[in-house]
Formats: sequence, C-alpha cells, structure tokens
Amino acid sequence: MNRRAPRWLLAVSGVVYAFLHLPLLILMVFSFNDSKFSVEWQGFTFRWYHRLLERPEILHGLKLSLLVGLTATLIATLLGTLLALALGRHRFAGRRAIEGFLYLPIVTPEIVVGISLLILFVLLRLPLGFVTITIAHVAFCISFVVVVVLARLHGMDQHLEEAAMTLGADEMATFWRVTLPQLWPGIFAGALLAFTMSFDDFVITSFVSGSGSSTLPIVVYGMARKTVEPSINAISTIILLVTAVLIYVADRLVRREAGSREVRARDEAA
Amino acid sequence: MSASWHRRVFRWFSHPGIQAWTLLGPGMFWLIVFFLVPILIMLAYSFMPRGIYGGVDPGFTLEHYARFFDPLYLDVLQRTFLWSVACTVVCLLLGYPVAYLIARPGRWRHLLLLLVVLPFWTSFLVRTFAMIFLLRDTGLINDWLLRLGLTREPLTILYTPAAVMVGLVYGFLPFMILPVYASLEKLDSSLLEAAEVLGARPSARFWRVTLPLSMPGVIAGSLLVFIPALGSFLTPDLLGGGKQMMIGNLVQNQFSAARNWPFGSAASFIVMVLVLVAVLIYLRIRGREPAGALL
Repeated sequence: MNRRAPRWLLAVSGVVYAFLHLPLLILMVFSFNDSKFSVEWQGFTFRWYHRLLERPEILHGLKLSLLVGLTATLIATLLGTLLALALGRHRFAGRRAIEGFLYLPIVTPEIVVGISLLILFVLLRLPLGFVTITIAHVAFCISFVVVVVLARLHGMDQHLEEAAMTLGADEMATFWRVTLPQLWPGIFAGALLAFTMSFDDFVITSFVSGSGSSTLPIVVYGMARKTVEPSINAISTIILLVTAVLIYVADRLVRREAGSREVRARDEAA
Repeated sequence: MSASWHRRVFRWFSHPGIQAWTLLGPGMFWLIVFFLVPILIMLAYSFMPRGIYGGVDPGFTLEHYARFFDPLYLDVLQRTFLWSVACTVVCLLLGYPVAYLIARPGRWRHLLLLLVVLPFWTSFLVRTFAMIFLLRDTGLINDWLLRLGLTREPLTILYTPAAVMVGLVYGFLPFMILPVYASLEKLDSSLLEAAEVLGARPSARFWRVTLPLSMPGVIAGSLLVFIPALGSFLTPDLLGGGKQMMIGNLVQNQFSAARNWPFGSAASFIVMVLVLVAVLIYLRIRGREPAGALL
C-alpha cells in the first residue's frame, strides 16, 4: 500500500499546514521588527522584549499565572490521578455514569463554566482573586488529567501487577513498586497539559478574576485592546514558546508509552 | 490495641467499593461543588426575576426564555447555529484530506501529527492575535495586496463575518483532524487490498471502504468542532469586533455591561442544552466507546 500520495492531497495538506502555522510564525517574526506600526521589515531588534520589562503589570501577570498554574496543576493532577486509578483499576456501581460525568467539563463551553462559577463565588461572597482563579482552573483541568492518565493505565500490562501479587506483594507494595513507576509518564503528561491549559486560559479566568488579580492572558488581552505595538507580538512569542516546549515534552512522554506498547505487541506476536 | 485498630482500618479500606470511593471522593467532590452545582444554580437563576442591583430576586418567571422569541435574539441564536454548522463543514472538508495524509504509512507521520497537536494546545488568545495581525487594515495581507497593486485601498477584512469564519476554522481545525486521523489509522488495510483484488477502482475504494469505516472519527471530529464553535466568544469578539454577536457574546454582555444575570444565565443554559443534545446524538450514533484521543 505504499504508493505515493496523490498531488492534490499534498497540495491541500500543504495549504492547511500553512494556514495552521504561518500566522503564528509571522506573528513571531514581527516581534523582532524594528518598527512601531508598519508591517514592513525595518531591521532586527530586541526592543519590544525590553519594552515588556518596563511594564510592571506583565511581570505581575506572569507571576500570578505561574502561581495559579503550579497550584492548580498540583491539585488537578492529584485528584485526576486518583479518579483515573478508581476508574481503571476498580469495579463499582455507577462507574459508567461517573466516567460520562467526567467528560462533561471537557465538552462544556468555557463561557458556561466561567459565568456559573462567577455566580457561585458571588453567592459565597468569596473575593475574586488567586483563590477563585485556582479553584476554577482545577475544575476544568481535572478531566483532562483523568483522560490522559486513564489512557496510560489502559495501555499498561496488568500481568505485571498480577505477578507482583502472586509473588507475595500486598496491594500497597504492588501500587508503589509496580503500578506507580509505570504510570509516571502518564501522570507527568497530564500535569504538563493541565499547566498549559491553566497558563493559557483566558475566557474562564476573565470571569473569576478580580480587578487586582490579572493573569498573563488577561493582561495581554487588555494590552491588545489599547495598542498595536509589537510588544504584543513579543509577549505572544514568549507564551507560544513556553507552551510549545511543554507540549513537545508531554507528546514525547505519551509517544514513548505507545512505542513500548508496540514493542510488546511485536514480542507477543513472535 | 493499636495494631487491631490499624488492621480494622486496613480491612475497611480493602473493601473494593470503599477503596474505589476513597479514590473518587476528592475529585468528585471538587467537580460537584465547583462544576455541577454552579451550573444548577445558573439554571435556577435563569428562572428568577432580575434583581435591582444586578443579582436576582426570589420568585419564578419564564420571561428570560420568552425574550429569545424577540427577533433580535432569534437572530443571534440563528447566526450562532449556522456559523457553527458552516465552520464544522469547512473543517471537515479541509481536515479530512490532512488526516488521510497523516494516516498513510511513512516516516513523516509523527512530525505531521505533532504539527497538528501543537496548535490544538496553543493559547487561543495568541492564535486570535495572529489572525488580527494578518487581517487588520494595516495588517500583512493588506500590505501585500497594496504592494502588488491588487487593491488601492486596504480591504476591510477584520470585523466582518468572513473574518469570524476564518478565525473559527483556524481555531478548531485541529479538533477535526485528530479524531479523523485516529479512526483512519485503525483502518485495516487488508480490507482495501481485498477491495482492490475484487476490482474496485481507487475512487470506489475510498467512497465504499475508507470513508464509511472512518465515520466514527468524522462524527467525533464534527462534534469536537461544533461544540466549541457554539460556545465561542473570543473569536466573534476580537475578529468580529462585537458587531456580529454569537450567543457567547450575548452571555458575556449580560454579565458585564448589561448586568442582567438571569437573562445571561438563560442564554448560557440554552448553549448548555445545545451541547448536551449534540453529545447525546453523538453517543446514539457512535455507541458506547470512550471519547477520542487528546494527544
């Protein structure tokens, strides 16, 4: 089946890949352009990156984003991993229903999540800020962690756990010394995705953050409303590079698992 | 004594049902309190009269839902629905060939896949800026058009429905490609060989074997595009300039400028219902398989 791809297929795909990536590449290239308004190339500069340092709200936003991101990732990864373990390794009544419920936050539009949480926080008289943003981020990250960890759990060889039990390890020892070490890449990938989503989120955060507590995307959005200065390109470039690295690492972790599964399948076939 | 206490706790914990619920407990608690309950409160709000200071007053009313029969809001609903459908169709037409290319055996597969996964996880806000940078009057596209002499004055692209459509497709295309790829990749190539041996021409092999077998991916992808498109707010806001409202903008508006929370809640609940209907249709068609891969 290894025929060459037809030319039209390559052409359409080429256009689609260009459509997906050229706008971002252009945005990044022009963050180094030495001109305030023009889209003509005027020479290379780091000016716009230096400009970012002069804006204290950007550093504040970055700090808050990192703080929220790390806290939310920690909580969401822990809770999500526990949920995945329950779903992947236990039989209990209502398992299907719970699995379905866990997919709900993934398909619910962000705007719905954002305003319903705003209503809750106002009812509870919780001041909008770090706490409310973190609560919201955990709520939308948990399900993604569950999906990633569960996929890893399903991909693992359950015979190893059975072998450990047969050889006399109790449940705890089996979990710590057999299950968890194999599960780590999945947990780590889930955590990276959770952090990425928290770090990037704008819509939900815009509802549950108070006036004195702006995360980086909120600051950037406000900046973009006021100016077309290339500092927007500069901060966007930084955000893009951070996410790209995180996603690349998460992708490697998940692929490596898939790779080892293929090797095992081949061994079994042999 | 302490040893027996220990053992009792341990035995209690080893009961399979208890163990499962101990693991489920914290996560379920969080999602019930901070996801499910808020949506239920929002639902309750949508049936309550508007309060004087922005909140709600006790009571029951259907007026907020009745307002959607106002042509102004019917228009918003209709636009939201039509644009979401159009976006889904365009994503399918553009995304299917790409998924098909990635699924062909070859050493570029992983790179091609990664190049679809990356935008999937990239900041939506930044991607929208990238579009603005290209489309605005002083943007790159207009700059080129002027320089090539194709137009004398900059074309107004930004803040038109076309810009919103381009932005929606740009935003959600990866959501189509990934599930379609996942189903094409699983396709048993011996079926295609059988069709070939039996004399089916390439086009017949595609329409009668490949396409029907990739339908689960097509349906999953369509749903994954249609749902966020329905709820989109940033794209019509930034690329449409707030001129062409989708229901997401209506919701946001009611919670900020208009300060009509119950009406905003009703609009938001309508979005939620549309989403649930789409999910139920999907589950009916596709059976009880888990959702597609995220990475």
